[in-house]
Amino acid sequence: MDSMTLIAIASIVTSGLTIALGSIGPALGEGRAVATALSSLAQQPDAATTITRTLFVGLAMIESIAIYCFVVSMILIFANPFWSHAIAQAAGK
Amino acid sequence: MHLSPDEIIYWQHGFFKLNATIVYTWGLMFVLALGSKLVTRKLSTGLQRSRWQNLLEIIVTGINQQIAEVGLRRPEKYLGFLGTLFLFVAMASLFTIVPGYAPPTGSLSTTTALAICVFVAVPLFGIEDQGLGGYLGDYLKPTVIMLPFNIISELSRTLALAVRLFGNMMSGTMILAILLTITPFIFPIAMSALGLLTGMVQAYIFSILATVYITAATRARKPEPGLDD
Repeated sequence: MDSMTLIAIASIVTSGLTIALGSIGPALGEGRAVATALSSLAQQPDAATTITRTLFVGLAMIESIAIYCFVVSMILIFANPFWSHAIAQAAGK
Repeated sequence: MHLSPDEIIYWQHGFFKLNATIVYTWGLMFVLALGSKLVTRKLSTGLQRSRWQNLLEIIVTGINQQIAEVGLRRPEKYLGFLGTLFLFVAMASLFTIVPGYAPPTGSLSTTTALAICVFVAVPLFGIEDQGLGGYLGDYLKPTVIMLPFNIISELSRTLALAVRLFGNMMSGTMILAILLTITPFIFPIAMSALGLLTGMVQAYIFSILATVYITAATRARKPEPGLDD
């Protein structure tokens, strides 16, 4: 198996695994955050705006982990430097 | 398919490239500035006012109220910076309704620029409020050992701001592009609506996080559950 095929296989498999494993943690974390926010809203409805705003900020923090994984995955598929290098070498030959 | 609007180049002369990011950023700036100029030409202080003036008043007082709720004592001082952040990111996302438009915040250069603006503005506001010694003393606040960790957290939250906004905007446009090649009719419209929603939420998140960072820099650090990365 030549290096170009190897690069392609590694990139595709890694990008799929990255986003698959990387979205498990944030999804679980966001679920717990929303559940806790809902129970505290039920306990203190007049603090609703503060709770909602803090919930959204917290969700954005948790979501950004999944976004990091997504960005890595996209880079591996669309802006892969190793693949570009391999293509350039194959074209140069 | 392109990863960001940086790759669409309209005109090139040597090193200087006019790409889609620059064109759409200047277009947004033009629309925002010209729109506000047109609306605020004849302001009325009575009960009779045009609906556009009403809209601008709602937006400005809403942002003022949000800044005050987070804890800044005189929100008017920070309204220019924080309001501009919110309005720019929100408009950049809202204009995806227009066909042929790519949001400039979908490019890492724009979001990094905005994040660097926040990174520079936080010490500026902090020093203006607490003096240079008071602000630098904040870095030693829990103990002196925390100094490298505080510096690292400053840098990492700037990076997080940039990548969060970029990732959300880029994923919205990329999902749309991919779906258009698979199921062209109704589903991309639903995803486009979702993209609008996440754009608004991300604009709010960006400006609220900037507000929280400025609040943390202008007040003596109280032991609170940290919202920084």
